[in-house]
Amino acid sequence: MNPTTAYSRRVFIRQGALLASFAATLPHFLQESAMGMLLPEGSAAGSQPGVPDERILVVVQLSGGNDGLNTVIPYGEAEYHNARPGIGLGEPGKPKNGGAALELDQAKGIGLHPNLTGLKELHDAGSLCVVAGVGYPNPNRSHFASMDIWQSGRPEGKGTGWLGRYVDAACNGNPAADMAIAVGRTAPLAMTGAKSAPIAFESADLFRWLGADKNGAMDKEYQQLVRAGSLPGVEPGSQESFLMRTALDAQVTSDRIRAAVAKKPLVTYPGSQLSKQLQTVAAMIRDGMKTRVYYVSMGGFDTHANQPGGHGNLMRQLGDALLAFQKDLQQQGNDGRVVTMCFSEFGRRVRQNASNGTDHGTAGPMFLIGPRVNPGLQGTYPSLTDLDGGDLKFTTDFRGVYQELLGTWMGADTKAVLGGEWAAPGLVRA
Amino acid sequence: MPAPGSIPADLQPLASASFDAAAARHLLNRAGFGGTPAQADALAAMGLDRAVDLLVNYETQPNKDVSPDDFDRALMPPLTREERDELTAARRSREEATVERLERKENQAKARDRQQLVELKKWWIARMIESARPLEEKMTLFWHGHFATGARAIEDSWHMFQQNQLFRTHATGNFGMLVLQVIRDPAMIKYLNNDQSRKGRPNENLARELLELFILGEGHGYTEADIKAGARALTGYTFEDDDFVYREGNHDAGPKTIFGKEGNWTGDEFARLALANPACSEFICGKLHRFLVNDTPDNDLTPAQREARDAVVRAMAAELRAGNYEIKPVLAKLFRSAHFHHASNRAATIKSPVQAVVQTIRQFNTPTRQLSALAGACDLMGQDLFQPPNVKGWDGGHTWINTSTLFVRQNVAVYLLTGKRPEVYDWELDEVRFDPAPLLAGASTPEAVADRLLSMSLAATPHPERRAALVAFLKQQAQASEHSRNVAALALVTALPEYQLA
Repeated sequence: MNPTTAYSRRVFIRQGALLASFAATLPHFLQESAMGMLLPEGSAAGSQPGVPDERILVVVQLSGGNDGLNTVIPYGEAEYHNARPGIGLGEPGKPKNGGAALELDQAKGIGLHPNLTGLKELHDAGSLCVVAGVGYPNPNRSHFASMDIWQSGRPEGKGTGWLGRYVDAACNGNPAADMAIAVGRTAPLAMTGAKSAPIAFESADLFRWLGADKNGAMDKEYQQLVRAGSLPGVEPGSQESFLMRTALDAQVTSDRIRAAVAKKPLVTYPGSQLSKQLQTVAAMIRDGMKTRVYYVSMGGFDTHANQPGGHGNLMRQLGDALLAFQKDLQQQGNDGRVVTMCFSEFGRRVRQNASNGTDHGTAGPMFLIGPRVNPGLQGTYPSLTDLDGGDLKFTTDFRGVYQELLGTWMGADTKAVLGGEWAAPGLVRA
Repeated sequence: MPAPGSIPADLQPLASASFDAAAARHLLNRAGFGGTPAQADALAAMGLDRAVDLLVNYETQPNKDVSPDDFDRALMPPLTREERDELTAARRSREEATVERLERKENQAKARDRQQLVELKKWWIARMIESARPLEEKMTLFWHGHFATGARAIEDSWHMFQQNQLFRTHATGNFGMLVLQVIRDPAMIKYLNNDQSRKGRPNENLARELLELFILGEGHGYTEADIKAGARALTGYTFEDDDFVYREGNHDAGPKTIFGKEGNWTGDEFARLALANPACSEFICGKLHRFLVNDTPDNDLTPAQREARDAVVRAMAAELRAGNYEIKPVLAKLFRSAHFHHASNRAATIKSPVQAVVQTIRQFNTPTRQLSALAGACDLMGQDLFQPPNVKGWDGGHTWINTSTLFVRQNVAVYLLTGKRPEVYDWELDEVRFDPAPLLAGASTPEAVADRLLSMSLAATPHPERRAALVAFLKQQAQASEHSRNVAALALVTALPEYQLA
């Protein structure tokens, strides 16, 4: 047990005879704040200990292996055009295979996919950081294995997730129930800690009991049953009491989230799936939830054949959704609190295949978005001629990016979370 | 409830007169996946000894045989050795057409294999629902969590099936024998990289987990040096296609010191030395106790509860050693014990997701609905079969429950009872009507119906407030049809937080 919880428990025992009698019927987090009122300043459980005030990290996962070379395009390299005769995009102003890159770094001859106009706008506003050539040693080309490596933050791809370990550590071992939220069917490995588990829901309307949808009387009854919390006579340390209190937590959290999401957003979002997820996240941020880590994802990036059209659509959806999200945060006045990070489990091979697609590769670019990122192209774009069996050699270890996000941005002690220290590429400002 | 100090701290049997229907229900929940009130009554009528015998010596019960033909063995690996060589050569010489043809073949086979894994999950869940030998499936699930192996890293559903069948064969057999089979199991060898371990470059993964997670428990009775020596002993234990092979050329036959004993130990001898370590029996029995008796976190137990638990684990361990690591006699004694049946061990385990789904079906006799939806629901609740989160398996207990999983638990129960609201989770609408009437025969007043519903559903003694609320609801719904009233009441009961206890 760490000192903070030990202390708060002592305070609880000494001062909390009255509190104890009603604590059993309070949700966990309300009880925490009730206890917080009794604690000396600075040790209160009200804000999350170990997290700089109000900082938020939003992770956008691109599943399937996004083609990094056609996302952040090295148009100035002859080898890019040689290797990709049917899918390579043109330099700015000179369309080829259906498009011309948007300028990102003229000196280096690097641009963005023509449909990433949203990201281009963020770039021009100084809110986009592009990290080139992110990967890890001994790359694994299996979707699942590589995703596990990225999500666990460990080369063997096993164990808890990097964000889960962060949450475990950030809250002195007492993570609040709503510290991490994943908008999706299941909680990603990335957010699963030894103690903490994220809230996960596909859409807020489904994050609730569905038994009463056709019977109002049942709903009233259900609400009474779960809102009762731990009933009188039930042993406080029993399994029964734990379940009764968690059920109350769930109901209160569900109410809160559904109320937050029901409000009309401040900007118009495009219609994609990712856009809906980000809209939900923005609504929760606007509502002032204590959540510090959000996770959304978008699939379809496994472009083995006829890549240009499909990948172009994905790029459009990605850029537009991220722009709308950032504008929403700006309108809310919350943009300075949020960094959004975008990654995929691997990039794709340098050389296109015979079906105008690309096969599984290795390193790829990452995006970091927000007014406090170091804007522009960061890191070293990998060589297109010095390859490893036809694949790019990574230039930045992904754990270095994690370190910046958790350490510099969220103010966490990253050593334990990431199992060591990595070269910090200088991507965000504290 | 008796004072905590009175918890029996040994394996003395329960007085046979105390084995009533509630005790029989407790036994059915823990030694299996629950049952209907009629099944519990029948078990109670047999008396304690015969009831335990029926559940534990399950070989007398008829069961559907497991046939190797249930699944396709030949899906993986997708390429022959020649094709793999061809692919490597084509990659080197950049013959894109050949690379593409072979990669496509590989990807198609992998996709079929993932589909077969889904079939495997459905098959196992169906088996747990239907089996006349519930303890056999329950212990198969226990070993799956103990010798945790993730399908994703294996990429061969047949190997997962083979391992599942290994756990079933030895479900209540000899633990030592099971360990010797596990170090020969292709899925385990692949999962813990022993196929890459050879003389001169041993891979320590399997040796480490054998001591740390499978036989002794973390930090119990071994050193890092034992792991290193054990890894050398296990070199050469690998597999080819679907079978274990021992490659003598890769085995390090040199002298090793394991637990202070020097010899030219093999992998089998390493395992036997670990099994002979006194830490083994207590580690395994501690896990069995947590799985079958009580998974309340240590901090929430009273000192008296902890002491009784520890004493019983020691008694189980002594029994296991005396019986030369046979599991069955330990379980039989445990299930008969007054300790197992004591009030403090009732409603003291949180149902695993699989238990929550299968028990709901078995105790109410609901339609099975859609098996893939049930497998998917278990995943949503944190128990993706054949894909435990890591080699430590599922932690269980409180970790099953959070604000998200609790809603899924409630909603899957509604789905089983009604077949409705499937679009939410892509579950198929199911028109088969569940009729609770047989469960409620003879209960004519709202009070009687409430009592019946609560007692058949909850492992804990129903709280008076719950009973009052349910009676009020049934009265208020007097105008509704009997069927819809009773299904609604049962849906409310399954939404109670305490429904998650077994």
